[in-house]
Amino acid sequence: MLAGTIAAVLDILPDVDRWRADGRKVAVATVIRTVGSSPRPLGSKMAISDAGGISGSVSGGCIEGAVIQEARSVLENGLPKRLLYGISDEQAWSVGLTCGGEVEVLVERLDA
Amino acid sequence: MSSRFESLRRSLLAGERLVAFTRADDDALGSRLLVWHDGRSEGTLRSPNLDRAATTLATGPDLPATGLLEIDGTEVFVENFEPLPQLFIVGAVHVAIHLVHFARQLGFRTVVVDARSAFATAERFPHADELVVEWPAEYLARTRLHDNTFCVFLTHDEKLDNPALEVALEAGVRYVGALGSSRTHAKRVAALGEAGLASELIDRIHAPIGLDLGGRKPEEIALAIAAELVAVRSGSEAGDRGRRAGLASAAELVAVRSGSEAGDRGRRAGPASAAELVGVRSGRLPGGER
Repeated sequence: MLAGTIAAVLDILPDVDRWRADGRKVAVATVIRTVGSSPRPLGSKMAISDAGGISGSVSGGCIEGAVIQEARSVLENGLPKRLLYGISDEQAWSVGLTCGGEVEVLVERLDA
Repeated sequence: MSSRFESLRRSLLAGERLVAFTRADDDALGSRLLVWHDGRSEGTLRSPNLDRAATTLATGPDLPATGLLEIDGTEVFVENFEPLPQLFIVGAVHVAIHLVHFARQLGFRTVVVDARSAFATAERFPHADELVVEWPAEYLARTRLHDNTFCVFLTHDEKLDNPALEVALEAGVRYVGALGSSRTHAKRVAALGEAGLASELIDRIHAPIGLDLGGRKPEEIALAIAAELVAVRSGSEAGDRGRRAGLASAAELVAVRSGSEAGDRGRRAGPASAAELVGVRSGRLPGGER
């Protein structure tokens, strides 16, 4: 695993390139805000394809499932979403950030 | 709304420095502006004021860190894409084999260059991102050396090292380190000076190379170099300390050789000669070879 903002992109790039070459729609989730301890730094990215492909990560595995669910509509209609996950959120019981912090994620569809 | 992914992708792979601004508020969530360090830009934040403010931020001396920023009352997510650090190792020597290993673990894209095909073999460097059998100066001159580039010179051969050192120093790379004792470095400084290289550039060379870890084996020297690379990359003072120590030693040796008063002052200051003082100081550094 590489370090730094650029590495977050380079880590998912091989998968994203392959999916796009196959004509798949691709969404990217990016960590835009963290409060307290969080397993992945700002700028961390996860790519999701409309064929169910996943690459990269935005947490230590606690919120990935929920983000993938949310990415479905983004892949469909192309409208970006800003999502908040954290202990203060009622989702915490179902999604559960074990670290006890808060994470905000921007999900967008790649167009060009 | 455009993600500008293709431009971002191209630039990052080319090692360009740019900042991406993304609206994080509901009014224009996801709108994106890319600004390159030279002032070029692409996209928009849907507000001329925001675009202007973002461009100013991304082209100034202090780039914003990656994270949410309030610009002109609007929440904007900033991504500072610093080019991936790349390390050019000139000299496919024993130390280089270990250095490739450490540098890759530490997130450097690593390229080994040597004109001697007997040394620069894939068997010796299976983990280098690139292995180049070419005259190092020629290779570096035709390669993009961006401002997050680190160059390490290990050949022990002036013919290979010095012309390539000139290329790296003139390109303004982030780090230049050269293997060799204080004595070797003093010779190098003189040769580069005679070749017409400005002394401010010569002063940028870290020599003796590496943090002072006290080791002597090739893998220990490689670790000392890797530690210095990390120190410089993260802006730690330790990264500059080695360079300044080397400068002082080299300056003293040059002074002694050219019969300058400064060189003799050291001798008169104590019973030992200036060269001996340097010798003692070098003795604290790992290995006479460094």
